[in-house]
Amino acid sequence: MKLSLKVNGKAVEADVDPRTLLVQFLRDHLHLTGTHVGCDTGQCGACTIHLDGRAVKSCNLLALQAQGTEVTTIEGLAAPNGDMHPMQAAFKECHGLQCGFCTPGMVMSATALLKDNPKPTEEQIRAGLDGNFCRCTGYHNIVKAVQTCAGGR
Amino acid sequence: MGANIPNGIGASPRRKEDQRFLTGAGNYTDDINIQGQTYAYFLRSPHAHAAIKKIDTRAAAAAPGVVAIFTGADLAEAKVGGLPCGWLITDVSGQPMKEPPHPLLAQGKANHVGDQVAVVIAETYLQAKDAAELIEVDYGVLDAVADVATATQSGKPQVHDIAPNNVCYVWGHGDKAAVDKAFAGAAHVTTLEFRNNRLIPNAIEPRAAVAQYSRSEDAYTLHVANQNPHVERLLMTAFVLGLPEHKVRVIAPDVGGGFGSKIFLYAEETVITWASKRVNRPIKWTCERSESFMSDAHGRDHATKAELALDKDGKFLAMRVHTKANLGAYLSTFASSVPTILYATLLAGQYTTPAIYAEVTGVFTNTVPVDAYRGAGRPEATFVVERLVSKAALEMGIDQAEIRRRNFIKTFPYATPVGLTYDTGNYEATLAAALKIADVAGFPARREEAKKRGKLRGIGYSCYIEACGLAPSNIAGALGARAGLFEAGEVRVHPTGSVTVFTGSHSHGQGHETTFAQVVAERLGIPFESVDVVHGDTGRIPFGMGTYGSRSLAVGGTAIMKAIDKVVAKGKKIAAHLLEASDSDIVFENGNFKVAGTDKQVAFGQVAFAAYVPHNYPLDKLEPGLNETAFYDPTNFTYPAGSHICEVEVDPETGVTRVVNYVASDDFGNVINPMIVEGQVHGGLAQGIGQALLEQAVYDAESGQLLTGSYTDYAMPRADDVPSFKVDTQVTPCTHNPLGVKGCGEAGAIGSPPAVISAIIDALKDLGVKEVSMPATPYRVWQAIRSARA
Repeated sequence: MKLSLKVNGKAVEADVDPRTLLVQFLRDHLHLTGTHVGCDTGQCGACTIHLDGRAVKSCNLLALQAQGTEVTTIEGLAAPNGDMHPMQAAFKECHGLQCGFCTPGMVMSATALLKDNPKPTEEQIRAGLDGNFCRCTGYHNIVKAVQTCAGGR
Repeated sequence: MGANIPNGIGASPRRKEDQRFLTGAGNYTDDINIQGQTYAYFLRSPHAHAAIKKIDTRAAAAAPGVVAIFTGADLAEAKVGGLPCGWLITDVSGQPMKEPPHPLLAQGKANHVGDQVAVVIAETYLQAKDAAELIEVDYGVLDAVADVATATQSGKPQVHDIAPNNVCYVWGHGDKAAVDKAFAGAAHVTTLEFRNNRLIPNAIEPRAAVAQYSRSEDAYTLHVANQNPHVERLLMTAFVLGLPEHKVRVIAPDVGGGFGSKIFLYAEETVITWASKRVNRPIKWTCERSESFMSDAHGRDHATKAELALDKDGKFLAMRVHTKANLGAYLSTFASSVPTILYATLLAGQYTTPAIYAEVTGVFTNTVPVDAYRGAGRPEATFVVERLVSKAALEMGIDQAEIRRRNFIKTFPYATPVGLTYDTGNYEATLAAALKIADVAGFPARREEAKKRGKLRGIGYSCYIEACGLAPSNIAGALGARAGLFEAGEVRVHPTGSVTVFTGSHSHGQGHETTFAQVVAERLGIPFESVDVVHGDTGRIPFGMGTYGSRSLAVGGTAIMKAIDKVVAKGKKIAAHLLEASDSDIVFENGNFKVAGTDKQVAFGQVAFAAYVPHNYPLDKLEPGLNETAFYDPTNFTYPAGSHICEVEVDPETGVTRVVNYVASDDFGNVINPMIVEGQVHGGLAQGIGQALLEQAVYDAESGQLLTGSYTDYAMPRADDVPSFKVDTQVTPCTHNPLGVKGCGEAGAIGSPPAVISAIIDALKDLGVKEVSMPATPYRVWQAIRSARA
């Protein structure tokens, strides 16, 4: 079926099998492999992207459900000149990542979190990120990165 | 030690890795696609124990897109071997452990839920998966055994005919007679009976592999999410597929976490490597999370009875430990060593306990194989020791810190009664630091304040030790290891003076590209930015043993240091020629070769250039080039140790337990990058707190069905399950490696579980609660409170 949407600011047209998940479309059709798949039950959050500005788990949507939307993936987060988004920079500064696998989804969730609540408390950050698993960092430095990005520290 | 250059040793430069990981440019195995690739899907047994009477693949073979289907019969016909176990444990009878075959695809019988029965290779992944549904397997379901505590009872179902009563081995360690004698004269005996809960490692990147056979080179390339590509290749070629080792290149690219689970050689990557030649197409396999739960090696799963004998002053006299360790259905790569060599040898902890005896029964069950998971044996040992000590202190009315101090080892080197010699340590230093940072003096006031809010607050201690830097090969060999445990490093200096380091260690989150570059930059006096670190590719790096047991810096880093020494030694000869001086007069300082006591010098870069453009060069005495490799085999283990103090608050109405304060003071020896070390501790703590409060793999004892087969049933620690941590390091440098480092990767997971559990028991002690088992879920805690009140 015909699919048309915007991904990272560019218009995309494709013909997809209706079974295709949005994450498969991004990874396999558009080769945007920064969005990861860590589970098959919508819990780990590694596949989190922005759909019309909201953080969503792209394994929980069919590609066709993204018809006519604007999608941003981790590849589209940095400025056009390559400068990291402040959240990406904060993750680097605070060592908010280790193996890097959960990181794209975590960064996408964290940016959406601050959009909704620019000055969250630690408790609000932890609650806001509880849809994203990280097995490496113990979340300590992820929380610190979000606080740093929010100007809280 | 100490940084002589920006971003040198002791500094915390931000990681080189992060640019790619933060911008979606990481290159994980599932991101790799090869022209013409097919996809594999493994059909797995839905039964824990079942005879496979017949497999009919005809309908599946005719399904759209199917390229090939293979079953155990095809592998048997091709004379493909089974997966080997890398460590031989000798039974107390003197006989070797029972080693049942571990076929790549089930041969006649499936032995756990998730056991591979067939593989379908098709043009697309969905076609492979659809076709697998058409395979008809005629199973004869057998009774199953899953519970480690009862699996050895007579009359239980037998997993393997060659292992009567499901016993792989009974292994004894220590002086039993001395222990029995000490117990007979003890003033007090503390007893503990508990289960160390079964865990699933759950690296967020599922296992994955892409195998390719090249007809033109008659060679294979395997990309695989793995922690030790050379070990993977050696085991696969020499023991399973019978391929020439030099014809297989194993690449472990960016790997999304391992925690032990990606050390092992697994069936899936081995099958697709073999099949890639059969179908003459590249094959990709990516594990779904649901498959991970039933096919990744699990961790822990012990049933233990432990006793501590003390004199009237609380001095430890002896320890006696009996453990049944679940090995699962087959022996995974290092399964046999984890509950034995890596467990009983740590039972001295930080204490002078003079006599220790441990007996471990390795038990087969109809469950996924159990092998190393972050800490591997050492968390289990620490739980035994630290829970015994905390319980004894409570029973005898001795302060928790005081009982530990009375028994600390204070002089080094110290030979324990369980076979290790600790080179150095300062246990009082980490305890004192932890007590201070945790403000233990202020705890009674915090407890009172919590009480006013209706919460019960408790405090728990854990003073752990680990044996890391695995391992002296000769000692490991004497204990049954079937592999060497050295590490290799190559320092390749380029003509313009920049450096590429090739290491056998593998980084899957640990930040080697940064830490190792700091070491090299510091030692060669060159910019951190001029050093790149390459790992994870048997086609590029010297033969290395990979990453596990917190060994990368202590062993891999030392190999690099030794290669640097060779570079410097050769550089001195080149410099002597350039400076018209004697070799012995040249010193190397801050990136310059100098004639000692003069101002004559050449920079490292000039020497590198001369080595590759040898116009003015002692060619009669010295080869051109500046490229050195070293192998390093450690002379001892390293002994990271520390003190952890945990405070929890329990809601007595709901049983909900929150960790509200967590302090870790650790001694990892010298620290190269404090930021990375702290991050390693944080991650380990979350896994340890996960074990203590949340995580447990549950099998139905009768059917052997995995009841925790997804993230809805297996509780992973989330951001709001853990607190921010307070971490500190104290330093006593390791005495037997040049960096003075001990390793930090596993400490958090080792130290924390007993601290959390002891804190819960402390919170509930006034209610009469004496034990809470892991994971201390709200239901269990609530039940413990209710039973105590009843």
